[in-house]
Order: sequence, then structure tokens, then C-alpha cells
Amino acid sequence: MPAYRPPHIAASEITPRDIYMSRRNFMGAAAAAGLAFAGADSAFAAPLSAKPSAFKLDETLTPKEAVTTYNNFYEFGVNKDDPAANSGDFKPTPWSVKVDGMVGKPKDFGLEELMKMNLEERTYRMRCVEGWSMVIPWIGFPLSAILDQVEPLGSAKYVSFETVVRPEEMPGQKGFFQPLPWPYIEGLRLDEARHPLAILAVGLYGETLPNPNGAPIRLVVPWKYGFKSIKSIVRISLVEKQPETTWKNANAREYGFYSNVNPAVDHPRWSQATEQRIGEGGFFGANRRPTLPFNGYADQVASLYEGLDLKANY
Amino acid sequence: MPRRYHKASVWALYVVGLIPAAWYFYLGSTGGLGFNPVKEFEHQLGIWALRFIIATLAITPLRDLAGINWVRYRRALGLIAFYYVLLHFSVYLSLDLRFDFGAVGGDIAKRPYITIGFACLLMLIPLAVTSNNWSIRKLAQGWNRLHRLIYLIAAGGALHYVLAVKSVTLVPFIHIGLIALLLAYRAVRRPIMNWKRGNNKPAKPVASQRARQNG
Repeated sequence: MPAYRPPHIAASEITPRDIYMSRRNFMGAAAAAGLAFAGADSAFAAPLSAKPSAFKLDETLTPKEAVTTYNNFYEFGVNKDDPAANSGDFKPTPWSVKVDGMVGKPKDFGLEELMKMNLEERTYRMRCVEGWSMVIPWIGFPLSAILDQVEPLGSAKYVSFETVVRPEEMPGQKGFFQPLPWPYIEGLRLDEARHPLAILAVGLYGETLPNPNGAPIRLVVPWKYGFKSIKSIVRISLVEKQPETTWKNANAREYGFYSNVNPAVDHPRWSQATEQRIGEGGFFGANRRPTLPFNGYADQVASLYEGLDLKANY
Repeated sequence: MPRRYHKASVWALYVVGLIPAAWYFYLGSTGGLGFNPVKEFEHQLGIWALRFIIATLAITPLRDLAGINWVRYRRALGLIAFYYVLLHFSVYLSLDLRFDFGAVGGDIAKRPYITIGFACLLMLIPLAVTSNNWSIRKLAQGWNRLHRLIYLIAAGGALHYVLAVKSVTLVPFIHIGLIALLLAYRAVRRPIMNWKRGNNKPAKPVASQRARQNG
């Protein structure tokens, strides 16, 4: 794999550490003073500190309320406000993630251990396949950090991921009309999974992950459409063959295994050339912006796909 | 309902029918439609258009099978459906695509669900224009034939909805199911009506045949 080139960021664009830390202190103090964080979606969210990273964007952050109340998480219902409304009973602790398959040292990672990884705050764009986008300050660590610990075998070529199944806590998983088969499953090529941009997120906006965002741990692959970034992960397996993925199984013509953000390859039913940035413009001033190849991360990830026909491998 | 209230009740239907559009517009302009308000407004207008098309199609089976004669409301229901389709398209054109006619043209040409939706809007125009007593008299049996277009429009609207959503979940399923049921009824209507009247009695011609005989 070619060397990773960090994005060029002017020193002036990086928030000075003292300001950054003072915000943390304020948030810690607020929590200590017993101030509740508003909203049912934050029922399990607690302050979480992480060191700043070089992954910042010169774009306005999507308001936290939008990030936590405008979600696709079909386990809690198919409408955008369903995850915030219906995830109050979901218990993200205790939790563990089983990492197995073609590895030398399979392991169950307890949440406590995952929360002690080298956590960084990273601001990424998130582009939904439906044509909207957000800018989100995640807290997490590179997926490669846990892959390294389990020592993948040479024969492992792909990584598969699985979401928890808990119909008693996830109303979208029970009832007569099920929009998708459960568990929700996703997958990456091993080299994609090891790319420094791919992270497991355990928080956002300085707090542990709220339930609608995939508590307590989720994948974030910022150069792919949002549905690839699987939520509430219970299992990660290293495998030899390209794993099945939920949306590809549901409709292979429309949702491919790669699903890299690509303005030049339309969804069969709608254009992917532009996107609506959520929280921007409002009712009378909504303004779509052009979608960028690999969601603006082409400099870092395009080399993963050299020689691959991106139209055929959508 | 006493006959003298019929006319007033039709006008009341126009007012009530347009309340959802006004309500969602109010919510949208005051920040009450969530974080993607234009899409939400657009979708609600589309869903309400389908609901009024469903109501329009339900008038005949309601009279045939339940003996409830609400034919006096059918014109209003059809016209309200047309207004919702028109609003749906106008919001897409103005608030969503900001009058980018190139993008609108591209969508209509390239995206089957938008091609179908736009065709339905165009087909609704002659129906709306001829929704008056003068046209009914003037066109005679031609009016009946022309207004059978609503079956094609309803099917097109349902298809437009199926193709526009990421997956057919419960709400789309209910709307599409109702349209399918109401369209299927048209295919079996004649045998059902014959059976209801009894096989030994001569079948009375249905409305369209009557019009043909009179004309």
C-alpha cells in the first residue's frame, strides 16, 4: 500500500490546544455540576475526552442536534427522526466486540478496553447515498489498531462487520413489516479497513456516541456512502472472500460493495452529482453543493483503487 | 346530509383538503420540518397528492359496495389531488432545485421516476381543465373516455413513489397497496355488479355505457 499522505492543513486552521482544552474543561465542569445534556437521544451520552488530531475541515460543523436527530438507522425505524425517538430503551453498556475469523489471535474486546484506545477527535464529512451530507466531529481510533492486535492471517482479504440484533430494544427489528433482514452486515477490503482514515468511532461532539448514531461503537469510512459505516458493531470477522452486505443483498444494482462516494456515477434512480448539507440554508435558502470524488478524500484514498473501474465497481 | 348543505360541504372540502399543504408550509417556514425541510415538504405534498387520488378512486367502489353516494365530492377530490401534484412539482422546481431548469430537464429525461411523475402532472392538466359542467356537456361520452386517464395517472403515481424511495417500507406499501386494490376493482367491477343485481334480472348498463347509449 502506498504511503499515507496526510492532508495539507495550515497551522492557522488548527484550533490552539489551550482553547481546545478549555472547552474540554468547561464540558467536564458542566457534567460535574450535574447539568444534564438535553435530549432523549443523549440518555447514555457522557463527556468523553480525546486528543485533537490533524483531521480537521475548513467547513462548518453540522449542528449537534441535527447529527443526533436526523439519522438512518433502520433498526429503530425507517424515518429520519425514528432513531432519536425510538432508541431510548437501547442499552449500549455492557458491550463487547468479537473479532474473529482468519486471525492469529481472535479476541473479544470489552467496551472499557476500546474506550481506552488512543482516542482522537476527527472531523469528517459524511455523505449519505440519498443525497445529503453532514460534517461531524467524531471521537475514535483507527480500525487498524484492533486489526493489528488480532494478527490477520495472510489469507484474510476482507473484513466483515455485524450490527447487534435486539428486537426487544430495537423496535425496527420486530413487527410485521421488516424493512431489511437482520443483522445488518457490512464489509470492506482489508486494505480499505487498514487505511488510516477508517476509524471505529466511540463518540461525537465531545461525548460518547448517542444511541441514534450507533452507540456504543461504529465504523466511520468517510470516503464511502454513509450506509457502509455500520453502527452498534458486535462482530468483526476477517474473511477470504468478499463478504455479503445488507444493501447489496437488498438491491445489488443500486448499492454496490464498494459504494465509494462518486459524483460521476449516478444511483440508478437519482443523481449523485450534488448534495444537500443538512442544517444549511433552511427552507427558503436550501442550496445543493457539488459532491466531491471520494467525498473529498481522493488525495488520501484514490490510490487504493488504481486500475479498478469505478463505474463497474460502484 | 340535507340537500341544501351539499354545495357548502363541497366548498368545505376544498378548504379542509388544502389545510395539510398550508400546515406543512407553515411548519417549513418556521423551522418545524426538521433538518431537511424542503425535502420533507416536497415528500408530504407528494404523499397527500396520492391520498387524494386514492380518495377520488374510492368514490365508485364506495357507492357500488357500501351504497354510499359521494359522487358530488369526486370533482373536488380530483382537483385537490391536481393542486397537490402541482405544488409538489413547484416546490421541487423552486425551493429544491432553485429554478435550475437544466437540472430539471436532466432529471425528467434521465430519471425514470421523475419522467413518470412529470408525465402524470401533464396528464392531470386536461382532466383539471375539463372538470366543469360545461366540459361534461360539450365532450359528452368523450369526457368519460378522457377521464379514464386517472387510472393511468394513479398507477404512474404509485410507480413514481416506489421508485423514489430507498426501500418500500410500510407507508409506501399502504399507499401503493390501496391504489393497486382500487385499480384492480375496475377490472372486476362488471361481474361484481352483475352478481349483485342477480343473474336473472337484465343487467343495467353502467354509467359509461349509459352515456354511450344516450349520446
